This record gives sequence, structure tokens and C-alpha cells, in this order.
Amino acid sequence: MSTEHVTEARTSVYVYEAPVRVWHWINAASIVVLAVTGYFIGNPLPSVGGDTSDMYVMGTIRFVHFSAAYIFAVGFIGRIYWAFVGNHHAHQLFTLPFWRGEFWRELFFEMRWYLFMERAPKKYEGHNPLAQFFMFFAVMLLSIFMICSGFALYGEGQGIGSWQYSLFGWMFDIFTNSMLLHSWHRLGMWVLVVFIIVHVYAAIREDIMSRQSIISTMISGERMFKDSKD
Amino acid sequence: MGETTETFYDVIRRQGISRRSFMKFCSLTAASLGLGPAFAAKIANAMETKPRIPVLWLHGLECTCCSESFIRSAHPLVKDVVLSMISLDYDDTIMAAAGHQAEAILEEVKTQYKGRYILAVEGNPPLKDGGVYCMPGGTPFVDKLKYMAEDAQAIISWGSCASWGCVQAAKPNPTEATPVHKVIKDKPIIKVPGCPPIAEVMTGVLTYILTFERMPDLDRQGRPKMFYSQRIHDKCYRRPHFDAGQFVEAWDDDNARKGYCLYKMGCKGPTTYNACSTTRWNEGVSFPIQSGHGCIGCSEDGFWDNGSFYDRVTDIKQFGIESTADKVGVAAATTVGAAVAAHAALSLVKRAQQKGSQSDEN
Repeated sequence: MSTEHVTEARTSVYVYEAPVRVWHWINAASIVVLAVTGYFIGNPLPSVGGDTSDMYVMGTIRFVHFSAAYIFAVGFIGRIYWAFVGNHHAHQLFTLPFWRGEFWRELFFEMRWYLFMERAPKKYEGHNPLAQFFMFFAVMLLSIFMICSGFALYGEGQGIGSWQYSLFGWMFDIFTNSMLLHSWHRLGMWVLVVFIIVHVYAAIREDIMSRQSIISTMISGERMFKDSKD
Repeated sequence: MGETTETFYDVIRRQGISRRSFMKFCSLTAASLGLGPAFAAKIANAMETKPRIPVLWLHGLECTCCSESFIRSAHPLVKDVVLSMISLDYDDTIMAAAGHQAEAILEEVKTQYKGRYILAVEGNPPLKDGGVYCMPGGTPFVDKLKYMAEDAQAIISWGSCASWGCVQAAKPNPTEATPVHKVIKDKPIIKVPGCPPIAEVMTGVLTYILTFERMPDLDRQGRPKMFYSQRIHDKCYRRPHFDAGQFVEAWDDDNARKGYCLYKMGCKGPTTYNACSTTRWNEGVSFPIQSGHGCIGCSEDGFWDNGSFYDRVTDIKQFGIESTADKVGVAAATTVGAAVAAHAALSLVKRAQQKGSQSDEN
């Protein structure tokens, strides 16, 4: 091994604009809060004793859940807005180039990289195709489902005359028993939990093993490439 | 059956019911429908002037619990008035006539009150094998239902059987029992679900239709809003214990004796639309939660197929017989977590190998 360090030209591209980065972390925080409180809404903490009129444990948990849900939903709407006005990376989350053969070829290449069948990964400014695939389903579509089902369930408590029920009551045409919608909303939470495990792992791994920065990119917005090769 | 010009009031008086009792019934009905005091007089006026509309009560695949509930309607007058007042011209379970004599009434009403009578259906038609699994009067019930629905003004689906299918439609539904609205598509249908529905709800719905001659406001699923617009949970007297976080943890524990919330014991109050927690049962004596047992959600669609009555996070049948969202979720998260850990370990090994070969090249 040579003692001299090989110097590589490192280039960077500005990928994630400030609103996207802010949304990412607000979204992450609200999902954590929603998942934890949601878990305890379906599976409440052990009973508290004492005077009922002094206690508001379940009420507080539900309040935090609903507040975080509003932040999550408003953030998602803001993110959709930014997909239109932001740079071309901003709408990647909402699109899946389903008809582009190149996309699927690169997706399979990325899968082979994850199965240790490729020696070196490719470089991407935005999401790699595999990541884009999961972002589209696990973040974009699932968020829409969670918002629709969540507001439908919330609308039940607000009453059938409420705007929440008026806007999202159609969920009960699909899930005719509210219990069923509760179950699917909860299942959606678990899908998000699984996504977070994979997402965090992949981000750390890519940061170390891929040819571009990942984690710091979501903080600074700059995607740094570790080498100058194609 | 009386003349077409006979009013409700005529019938009531003929039955020997005093005007005082009649007025009492009118005010009680107005109250139970959530109407203002002025409506008592309107109901009375309607009953005095309007010709009575016959109600035909058909029985399909059912257990008669709707009828049992109906005849126990709390106010004594309801028994007297409703049974005579609504001109229940046909109800094979409780009518005096039998056999061909009874069946003849159906024909008579169908022609004489064409487009005006109300068809109340208790139970539902099984469709499999031409409907042979329910044969009242020697014909498949589905044929009888379709035939009588042709000239009806509206249909009332009594109970969860007629509204959703209930137990006979629970998986695997061997007789293909089908709720009324999936068989009759061209008539207004009012669903009054429950197993059985509350007696006062049943008489309330009937009285509303007959006195105002229009359908009550219905919700998204076709249930009268006045009785089904709120969940049991929304008006439950144990709700403060829910908000406080005070739950029954096991049957017969101290919390059960204290009357805490039955949410953890699988109470379906939060997902069930019905009037039990306000109207209650048996002359307002009690309702399931008040008796210490959770709501089983009997007025909801497919309540037999939505997991245990005693779990809060219930089974989702799409994932096998006994898997709840939590079981599926924990299993998936554990599997993926293990896979991630293994993948990370393998990645480290690979990286070390590559580093090794790179340094060899150098």
C-alpha cells in the first residue's frame, strides 16, 4: 500500500432545497410521534388510578396524535406545492417513470448492488431508482392513505357533519366497518415502521458505501460525489 | 283491512284508546325523534287526517329477534298504537290469519295500495341454488321479496340481517345470504341495523315515515341519521374513564367493579353507530356497557367477521385467521430488522474484502 494519499476531485450538486429538507425532518418527527401515540391509542398504557376528573392520559395521547397528524398533513400539502415550484428533484417523490425501461434496468442494477452482485454502485444526484420506487409507494401513496384514513376516523369523533367527515367519509364506502379502517390504518403504521428501518439503514449504508453523500445531503442540501469517475 | 280513507286516529279510537293516551304517544314520539314540542301537535294532526299506510312485514332468513325487540317497545302505547295504527296488514309471525288467507293479503295490498305501502323486511334472502334455503309459503323468499318490492313505496331493512347480512352471511356464507339493498336496487331503502335494533328506534322510524310521509334523513350508509349519526362511544357514560386512561384490564378486576372503560376488553363502542348509549334498552333500563360488557358492534357491517368481540386490535382476515395489525406489523418489523442487521454485517465483510483486494492491487 502506498503511503501517499490518492487525492480525488470531489464535486457537489445542490439537490434538496431548504423547504424539502425542513419538510423531511418535520415529517420524520411527526411520523415518530404519530406511530408511538397511535400504537398507544390502539393498545393503551396500563390504567391509571385516582380521580377521573384529574386524569387525561388517553385524552392527551389522542390530542398529541391528532396535532401531529395535522402537522403531517399540512406538511404533505406543502410538499406537494413544492413539487411544482421547486427544482426538478422536488417532484421525484411524486413520480414513477413506470414506462421507462432504463428506470427498471437501473432498478435491477441497484438491487444487484444490494445483493452484493455488483462491485461498485452508480452515481445519482437524486434518489437511485430503487429508492425512488420505495419513496413513491411507502412515502407518497402510504402518506395519502394514512391522511385519508386518519381524517376519516377523526371525522367520526368530530361528527358526521364535520368537514373532516364530509371530505374523507368516502373511506367508509370502501371500508364499510369502521373497525376495519382502524385495522388498516394501524397496518399502515407498521408499514411505515418497516420503511423507517430500511430507510435509515439504507441511508447510513449508502453514505458509507456509495459514491455520494446521503445523510449530510438532507441537512445541507449538497450532494457530494466522492470520486470524479462516471 | 280497512277502507283507504280510514285515518290512523280512526283506527286508534276504534281500538278503544283514549285521546289522552293518543296525545301522550304523539309527544313521546316527537321527543324520541328529536323534534321540538311543536311537532307533537303536527304528528297528532297528521295521524288524524292522513289515511293510514299499510305496512307489510316480510320474514326472510332471520331469527325473529327484530320482531321480539319491536313488540317490546317501551311505552305501552306503542304496543297498542303501533300494532294497530301502522296498519300492519301482514306479518306472518304475529298475524292471526294463516295459510292461503294470509298470503291473500299480500296480493290485496299490492294491488289496492300500489306504490304506497311500506315493505318492512326482517332477515334477508339467500340466493344460492335459486333461493331454496328460505321458502316461506312454498316459494323462494327472494322471489317473494322482489315481487312485493315492485309496488312498494319504500323498504325498511330491519336489523343487521336485512341491512348487512349478519350471521347467516358471515364467512363462508354457505347459502349466499344477501342483504336487501343488493337484491332490490330501484327502491329507497332505509337500513335500521342492529341485532336486534332498539325497539324505540324501530317504532320511531316507522312513525316518522308514516306521519311525515317521507323518508328520514339517511347517512352515507343508508341509516336514519336521527338514531345512527353518533357512535356508542360518543355518548357513553363511561367515556370520562376512557379519556382519563382508566380501563378494565381483566374481567372481574377492581377496575371492572369501579365501572371503568371497557375499551381494552374489546368494546366496539368507538366503531359502532347506534343509539344504545342514549335510548338504552328495555324501557331505558340498561345497555350492554352499563351491564359491564363491551359493545360487540352488532349494528355494524360484517361484525361477525371482524375478529374477536374481546380484542381492541382485531384480526384482519386478509392475513390469515388470527393475525392482527400488530401481529403482522411486529413480525414484519422483526424480519426486516433481522434482514437489515444481516445485510449490514455482510456489507462490512464485503467492504473489508474489497479494501483488502484494493490494497493488494496497490
